[in-house]
Amino acid sequence: MADGGSRQSGGYIGQSVPRREDNNLLLGNATFVADIQLPRMAHVAFARSSLPHAKIKSVDTDSANGLNGVLFVATGKEVSAELPPINGMQVVTPEGWRSRVDTDILIPDQPLIPDDKVRYVGEAYGLVVADSRYIAEDALELLEADFEPLQPLPDAETALIDGAALVHDHLGRNVAAFLHTKKGGGADAMDDAPHRLRRRFVHHRYAAMPMECRGVVADYDARTDTLTIWSSTQIVHWVRREVSTALGMPEERVRCIAPDVGGGFGGKGHVYPEDILIAWLSKKLGRPIKWIEDRHEHILNAAHSRDNVYDVEIGFDSDGRILTVTSSFLVDSGAYTPVGAGIAGNSIAHMLGPYDIPNYETDCKIVLTNRTPNAPYRGAGRPEVGFAMERAVDLVANELELDPAEVRFRNMIQPENMPYDVGLTYRDGVPMVYDSGDYPKALQRAIDELGGLDTIRQRQKDALTEGHFLGLGLGCYVEGTGVGPFEGATVKIDPTGKIIVATGACPQGQGHETIFAQVAADLWQVPIEDVFVTVADTGHVSQGYGTIASRSTVTASGAIKIATDEVHEKVFAIAANMLEAGEPDLEVRESGIGVKGVPDMHVTYLDIARAAKPGWDNQRPAGVSPGLESTSYYEPPTVTWAYAANAAIVLIDPETGQIEIERYVEVHDAGVLVNPALADGQVKGGLVQGIGGGLLEELAYDDQGQLITGSLMDYLLPSASDVPPITVIHHETPSPLNAFGVKGLGEGGAIAPPVVIANAVCDALRPFKAELNSTPVRWGDVAAFFENSV
Amino acid sequence: MNNHKSINVTVNDEKYSGEAEDRTLLVDFLRDHLRLTGTHVGCEHGVCGACTIILNGTAARSCLMFAVQANDATIQTIEGLAKGGTMHPLQKLFSKHHALQCGFCTPGMLMTAIDLVHSRTNLSEEDIREGMSAALCRCTGYEGIINAVSEYAEQISSEGSING
Repeated sequence: MADGGSRQSGGYIGQSVPRREDNNLLLGNATFVADIQLPRMAHVAFARSSLPHAKIKSVDTDSANGLNGVLFVATGKEVSAELPPINGMQVVTPEGWRSRVDTDILIPDQPLIPDDKVRYVGEAYGLVVADSRYIAEDALELLEADFEPLQPLPDAETALIDGAALVHDHLGRNVAAFLHTKKGGGADAMDDAPHRLRRRFVHHRYAAMPMECRGVVADYDARTDTLTIWSSTQIVHWVRREVSTALGMPEERVRCIAPDVGGGFGGKGHVYPEDILIAWLSKKLGRPIKWIEDRHEHILNAAHSRDNVYDVEIGFDSDGRILTVTSSFLVDSGAYTPVGAGIAGNSIAHMLGPYDIPNYETDCKIVLTNRTPNAPYRGAGRPEVGFAMERAVDLVANELELDPAEVRFRNMIQPENMPYDVGLTYRDGVPMVYDSGDYPKALQRAIDELGGLDTIRQRQKDALTEGHFLGLGLGCYVEGTGVGPFEGATVKIDPTGKIIVATGACPQGQGHETIFAQVAADLWQVPIEDVFVTVADTGHVSQGYGTIASRSTVTASGAIKIATDEVHEKVFAIAANMLEAGEPDLEVRESGIGVKGVPDMHVTYLDIARAAKPGWDNQRPAGVSPGLESTSYYEPPTVTWAYAANAAIVLIDPETGQIEIERYVEVHDAGVLVNPALADGQVKGGLVQGIGGGLLEELAYDDQGQLITGSLMDYLLPSASDVPPITVIHHETPSPLNAFGVKGLGEGGAIAPPVVIANAVCDALRPFKAELNSTPVRWGDVAAFFENSV
Repeated sequence: MNNHKSINVTVNDEKYSGEAEDRTLLVDFLRDHLRLTGTHVGCEHGVCGACTIILNGTAARSCLMFAVQANDATIQTIEGLAKGGTMHPLQKLFSKHHALQCGFCTPGMLMTAIDLVHSRTNLSEEDIREGMSAALCRCTGYEGIINAVSEYAEQISSEGSING
């Protein structure tokens, strides 16, 4: 570990450095997209379908156009005449994955505004630009649209029935992708298992639901022929790419900035039609254009997630050793599939989790329906598959009358088997090898934190004798983090001697400006105040990827290190010239470079910056080019493997079915923590989202494809009083795959809670042999076990 | 719909006069007319609490009121919390307890907390959890928020007992 030295000598990595982001946010001085006001700015509102599937026969725009204050009205006809659809595959998996996983992929492109038919409730069929948002919304009322309703496809199973209507006629089928993979003997090995168990597991539809909805402001400047876009997004470089493609402008002439972003969690992790439409309108109308999504629009139109059905079979022996797992699952993709096979690919890769299971076979259908498009949300396929697998492990334990903890310990990969070759391929195309960790220890620690297994079981017995129902729920997972393809960083020494860092990472509350300042301050050995970090602006770093998939700490730190190393080469060469010393005799120290063992012989970065300048009186040695700046890219060899063990105790009220989580523990390992306080906040925030998903949150559709949870009064987000006591314990097993030993952790917390809650409730209801194999876990379903047993 | 009314409000101890349509929401008046964009719009239906302000001494949802209803009112927004360049003690405590991540809910969270702590005494942790349930945070899981508000409530109650 090249950088272990700087940490040991009192560096910033590993310290809970206070966030530099807090000041503006606390004072009300932050700039979210909605806060941007530009001269002559016009406002957009979208007409959105209230039908799930309908032919657009006509949209009469005359009345709307005639309203005072309306500047422009467009429907699918005008938009499709000028703009191509968004490529259906915003994320393309590498050849290495496609060649190792059987795939048959037909991902539809997404029209910016369709001109043939609407495919989900909330899809736009028109837009209005006006002097104010109020007038734009008035004009929407004047649009006269004539629709011919078509057979709705309200869910994946309906869409797969022979003869079902097609969501995208030209595809000829409602399956966007078939995927299949296997390990060992696959399903054939099932015949050798002494015991077999089959179940269906359902993980329902819910969503990221950030507190800030989406929004875009665009400003085209005709003089310089440049477009500046401010978008509430996690991926500024993708927005730049798609706008550049759609408008036929060089990427260099398109700048995308994500200003303060009010949460993302994956829901802002791909390019939406509005990102392109608002840019197009600004160029077309020659005015700054603003669109701010309202909450109702967000619930209808921003990506939903989860919504999987798993049919699982598990084969095991009498000791509880799991021999073979097979699964066949459906992903309800909704009407489009903006992130392609990403979610399903994750599910396939993560099913075996921390267990050593020799045989595995899985197939998946990503199914197009008349629901809102499905895209990754915190966990992205892992909560779904984790629910199926971790419920199944509990069922194996029940079948054999073993403790679920014991079955987990018997199947877990042991620390001495690290690194562990899983025998599958990750979606970066690289064979999956868990890099480091101690899974049994994490589980043991989680259980011990709740008092130890014997104590918990005794409590459970005692409770039962008094007519109380107490259950222990467990849930373990592994998580591939820090995925490629790359991240970019520019590092330079400013003429003032300060260290300037920019990366393609795009934070939405993670504290990137703080943690990347910590990383750079350690690499340069400067006070953290001398490091200036810019994030989420394509104008500051040439190529970037963005903040999705628990990747930024790993990938952006890697890019910062490479760029720093490259600048260091010149810094050393110039310092050697200035100090008249050999480079091997130099060292990085105290904001500059010094001669080893000679405290007085020292030049500061300010001195070196002056010496490196182009032109007269520079002090560069021959052959060293001017300037101290590098833009570099970290291409991770593959993912780092974070993991966690979760344990919770629940109490059930037999009268109401109320589920009280007495205490929830997660033992989490994300390698070296750059900033422990921020890491802790990420995991805890994720856990509460997972608890919300497990108990409260639901995007429900009726059998006609109508979304019936269209407000925050129907879609229940956890509030402070819904949150149980939570303990997070961090193990720090450094990853051997990068210089800092870091792993990603943004998503982890949200993965396990739904299954931990279900397992805990079933454990509490053991006397009834209760099984809850779908989410959300509803009080009513719990109460029914008591009623039916009377 | 073009019926404009003049509106006089005192916001953060400053007097403002403006004109707004009858239908203009108070939060839009604050943000778009007065350019006080620290107050946020999270749901426009009174659930999330991001738009919470202090109106005539009580926490109110500025997305559920028309600007004309606030005529002659005294309003406090997030921009008025810090005085003379010094953060309000609760702002400092939010930073200390890592009570914010994206910060979008934070202005409403702070105004909700101030109303809660100053309008009641002897707040238990459960009271604080229940009171702070008036505002939603999607990032933090609330632990830092509850810790910050609890410490603030202790500060206020000990000040009260000293003064009393």
